[in-house]
Amino acid sequence: MSRTRAGWADPLLWSGGVLLLLIFGMPLLTPLFRELFPELDRPLYLQETFPALVAAHLGIVAASSAVAIVLGLGAGVLVTRAAGKDFRGLVETVVAMGQTFPPVAVLAVAVPLIGFGVWPALIALALYGLLPIVQSTIAGIESVPESVREAARGLGMNPLRVLWQVELPLALPVLIAGIRTSVIINIGTAAIASTVGAKTLGSPIIVGLSGFNTAYILQGALLVALLAIVTDLAFDRLQTRLQRGRATVPAAAPIARATTQTARSTP
Amino acid sequence: MIEFQQVSKTFGHWKAVDNLSLHLQDGEFTVLIGPSGSGKSTTLKMINRLVEHDSGRILFAGKEIRSFQPEDLRRRMGYAIQSNGLFPHWTVEENIGTVPALLKWPKSRIADRVTELLTLLDLEPNRYRGRYPHELSGGQQQRVGVARALAADPEILLMDEPFGALDPVTRAALQKELARIHQRSGKSIVLVTHDIDEALLLADRIVLLDKGRIAQVGTPQRILAQPASDFVADFVGRSEVGIKLLGLQTVAGRVRRGETAAGRPVPLQASLREALSAFVAQGRGSLPVVDEHGHAVGSIHYADLLAAPAEALA
Ligand SMILES: Nc1ncnc2c1ncn2[C@@H]1O[C@H](COP(=O)(O)OP(=O)(O)O)[C@@H](O)[C@H]1O
Ligand SMILES: [Mg+2]
Repeated sequence: MSRTRAGWADPLLWSGGVLLLLIFGMPLLTPLFRELFPELDRPLYLQETFPALVAAHLGIVAASSAVAIVLGLGAGVLVTRAAGKDFRGLVETVVAMGQTFPPVAVLAVAVPLIGFGVWPALIALALYGLLPIVQSTIAGIESVPESVREAARGLGMNPLRVLWQVELPLALPVLIAGIRTSVIINIGTAAIASTVGAKTLGSPIIVGLSGFNTAYILQGALLVALLAIVTDLAFDRLQTRLQRGRATVPAAAPIARATTQTARSTP
Repeated sequence: MIEFQQVSKTFGHWKAVDNLSLHLQDGEFTVLIGPSGSGKSTTLKMINRLVEHDSGRILFAGKEIRSFQPEDLRRRMGYAIQSNGLFPHWTVEENIGTVPALLKWPKSRIADRVTELLTLLDLEPNRYRGRYPHELSGGQQQRVGVARALAADPEILLMDEPFGALDPVTRAALQKELARIHQRSGKSIVLVTHDIDEALLLADRIVLLDKGRIAQVGTPQRILAQPASDFVADFVGRSEVGIKLLGLQTVAGRVRRGETAAGRPVPLQASLREALSAFVAQGRGSLPVVDEHGHAVGSIHYADLLAAPAEALA
């Protein structure tokens, strides 16, 4: 629907297109890299294929983000319950500390404990992505007007239903913003995980850095950057959809009326 | 319907409600009124257990409210609040259908009920049922809030300053509709307000609170004409007691049938307060009275107004 509306000017569409072309067509660019870097014998990274690297990279990001979302959402919901509000300060401090560590330091600590490979990378990334999600869960739930919560309880919804049918749906736009931040951070940070032996788009960068192969660095960096941009644009699209479907701001009413009937599914 | 027996509620060191005893009759329209912080909302919310009482007993249908599941209790009591508390992500239909859906009514029955309630509250069903709250005016939102409270045909309606945020014209319209709903359904209603005119207009019985205690309980006439203390007299507004008493009675009770008079006529259903205003505005000592169809029925004399306060207490 939005594709036809935005047409070929849609930045998500063409940046996504460029990303796909680069992932699958990188070998076709070999002459270009040879031209740019004539001093290099092998100007194209060949240890793994780029589709395999992207898949591994996205796999690590998806797994660590999923863990961060589950833990972050859980912690955020917990500390906004009456029973959990004493833990709020503690949770916020711990999570914020998790983010003040540079990811490289987390990896450095994790490796002696769990060894090289994917696991230390996953743990570091999940910890790193936690903060924005915890914060946005708390902010989102707190943005629900007290009168709405009181009405929900006063009409006879039990606490679980208030959370599920009222608080979380209303917190969703803020929550998605937090997930967006978390995922984008993780796409960039996952490249560093190659230092501990996880296969990611950081691999060509690290091999390139140690072997003075600028072409490898460029190939890895280009794909990481594009991946981040495309993901960010996709989240942007998702947020716009949500906003249109259930605008809570009176000012948004004229726009909302036209789209609510079609864009929105019933809760 | 609801009985408070020596009920108290303390927040920290503050006694929000202090040893309150009160019996709310079946079908009665009770208005809780008092200055800000006097414990009105706390009293109301103890009825549906949004606030739990510390001591004493509160009975609903003869049983201590703690013997009910809070959710079951609340589904049997309608609840409407000042800033309407509508769910912004749900349509008008979904909002009104909240309690029926909780009670697992079939979809078609909920839809019929929504139609019925929107009609009752003067909102055209097909135009409004699919709208979101932000697509409604403040007055319309509050109508939906009242409809939602009424949806599952509750045994009692609890309302916390439901019209507090509305402009005077909208408020007056909704007050009139609530009075009509009460008359038609005979439902018990407990309404919190700090507006004495709203209380006088709607209440069968006024409960005036001061610092968590009852300052006076009585009909509007009694509160006006026989204030139990200086606090009550001040609260209802000493200088306007006479005017407010006139506001409680209609021309119908004073009309001299068959007599005629010159001037612009006053309707039978007008309050004596409105009649007084007409006497002064027209500079006349008597005026013709007409019925709702505009047919002459008699006249009313300026001096007839004076009979009102005494008789109101009889
Ligand atoms: N949840 C609460 N925590 C602490 N104090 C409260 C709470 N609810 C009400 N109070 C206090 O109790 C008193 C009565 O409050 P309330 O019943 O809301 O008054 P009203 O509705 O008459 O304005 C006020 O002094 C208020 O500050
Ligand atoms: Mg109050």
